[in-house]
Amino acid sequence: MSAAGTEAPETPEAPLSAPLEVGFDYTRSVGPVLGEFVNALRERRILGVRGSDGRVHVPPVEYDPGTARALTEFVAVADEGTVLSWSWNAEPLDGQPVTRPFAWALIRLDGADTALLHAVDAGSPSAMRTGMRVRARWADEPVGHIRDLVSFVPADASPEPEPAPPSPPVAERGEGEPVSTVITPITLRIQHSASPEESRYLRALAEGRLLGQRCPVCGKVYIPPRGACPVDGVPTEEEVDLPDTGIVTTFCIVNVPFLGQRIKPPYVAAYVLLDGADIAFLHLVLGCAAEEVRMGLRVRAVWRPREEWSTTLENITHFEPTGEPDAPYESFAHHL
Amino acid sequence: MKDVAVVGFAQAPNVRRTHGTTNGVEMLVPVFREVFDRTGLSKQDIGFWCSGSSDYLAGRAFSFVAAVDAIGAFPPIHESHVEMDAAWALYEAWLKIRTGEVDTALVYGFGKSSAGTLRRVLALQLDPYVTAPLWPDSIGIAGLQARLGLEAGLWSEKDMAEVAARSRADAAGNPYAQVREPVEVAELLDAPVVADPLRAHDIAPVTDGAAVVVLASAERARDLVERPAVITGIEHRVDSPALGSRDLTRSPSTEAAARAAGAGEVTVAELHAPFTHQELILREALGLGAGVRINPSGGPLTGNPMFSAGLARIGEAATRILDGTAERVLAHATSGPALQQNLVAVLERD
Repeated sequence: MSAAGTEAPETPEAPLSAPLEVGFDYTRSVGPVLGEFVNALRERRILGVRGSDGRVHVPPVEYDPGTARALTEFVAVADEGTVLSWSWNAEPLDGQPVTRPFAWALIRLDGADTALLHAVDAGSPSAMRTGMRVRARWADEPVGHIRDLVSFVPADASPEPEPAPPSPPVAERGEGEPVSTVITPITLRIQHSASPEESRYLRALAEGRLLGQRCPVCGKVYIPPRGACPVDGVPTEEEVDLPDTGIVTTFCIVNVPFLGQRIKPPYVAAYVLLDGADIAFLHLVLGCAAEEVRMGLRVRAVWRPREEWSTTLENITHFEPTGEPDAPYESFAHHL
Repeated sequence: MKDVAVVGFAQAPNVRRTHGTTNGVEMLVPVFREVFDRTGLSKQDIGFWCSGSSDYLAGRAFSFVAAVDAIGAFPPIHESHVEMDAAWALYEAWLKIRTGEVDTALVYGFGKSSAGTLRRVLALQLDPYVTAPLWPDSIGIAGLQARLGLEAGLWSEKDMAEVAARSRADAAGNPYAQVREPVEVAELLDAPVVADPLRAHDIAPVTDGAAVVVLASAERARDLVERPAVITGIEHRVDSPALGSRDLTRSPSTEAAARAAGAGEVTVAELHAPFTHQELILREALGLGAGVRINPSGGPLTGNPMFSAGLARIGEAATRILDGTAERVLAHATSGPALQQNLVAVLERD
């Protein structure tokens, strides 16, 4: 995950929002039926499977859609076929098989009885019709994944194809072994908004203030403030400026290195309860040896230089001990 | 087994874009309040809570847990969630009351579709091995289905435009609808195709929204409202996920669910068809003749909040009973591509 910095929208009071791209490489075992299919793709062959009613399913299905019987009889089909239906995609999206406008089509390959959903790179909707013949365009280096079929093209034309995209990083196998796993990278781009309450909190941070809000029902002070008090289900409303001092309620010493770690272990991640707040937030406690951090320790925020402030809690680099006497356990036990 | 009734329904305005977070709290807080005002219940009276939403749509993990903030879940509540339209959350809540485990339930769904690219996000509900890696978008798949029926002579572009025109005319009377400008069929047919063979009016708008339905045992319901909408049948069925192996011009799962739910002889039907031709498929599958009033709310073509539009069909249909304008109504919800999974509920006056 990666987040861009929050962007201020045109009006000062609109909630803050920022784009976030989330991504994950889904890794899936293929099993005996889809395994046959993808391993054949690697050799530029397309396999179907015969169903209980004799129909040949392409792509193969593991169980018959009617009888639920496990299917095992594989049947080779052609890499050419007939379009049964199509729709025009005038604005291709990230990740789709063709980057210029193309048709989605249900294609019945010769020798199959069901249709394969895939892209037809025909250039224009006027080149598409139901009943037309299409043939597969294969990846330069098939790896054993549905994307080895780059797209289909009209069989009776030789359109100028797009440059072949690089083979996707989509299959894993030991040297000389059959493909047993397919990898599919999934990414989504989301425009995330902070709630109105969180936005006020973030804007206050840019001014060096710590802004909490009080629930009108239970009186608890939340920082960050919430769209709804989790106890009472009502928005927090009354604003409360909080000091940048507080106590450590609980903490852990991080000894394990991990990817992206910014501080050399050992260091302390702690729940810091600001004076006057009823909920603690996670931050760093530095400025003393890790083993000196304890529950009830009095701490104060260490701010970045004012010119570096923005709408983020990262304006505070960490908290450090004030040297005052510890808070007694009874004073924060109910915040644990 | 206890009978179960709908006693309350509320929804957020269907809009193209909200400023809220993707966890729905800002949309849910006011609709919870509204449904409590209407039923005289409070959160302490609710025996079971169940929601429908999607983390892919929200772009964050456990968005439904963040949404629980809107409830004020203290003392701890009895709660569940489905990663599909909240009509299926209602099914779970219906079972809880049916079996006598609880007496009341609150069901809610929410989604902020505007946060991402909806037609792309919906590719993630497809088969993950051979279909989703191509990123087939929801509009492209619906277009394949529409053309099959058009070329087989099962429906025409005019039939499709008539569905859109009727929906918009009805939405003019629904203050929660997103698309409310009445328009003539001829005018719609003059518009260009945007995803051949689909025109813009064939495609439900992208909508942010939320909805809530309160259920109670029939006994309890009589104390809460004058005319509870008793659920006399609710069933759901699913078709194969292999798009190329089923007849996309029919909806066998809807037919089967309707048969099992005892559908028939209804005067009003709220259908969850995000594309015009899908309403035509559903009317055929449900055997709804010309005398049945379809989507008096305007339906999903005038506002399609993901993960609550199906629940809202049940809420809208129940409202016809609650307000005394109908005796026996049908509600339908769908999930998945090209009407893959379908739920049918029949509601009657007590």
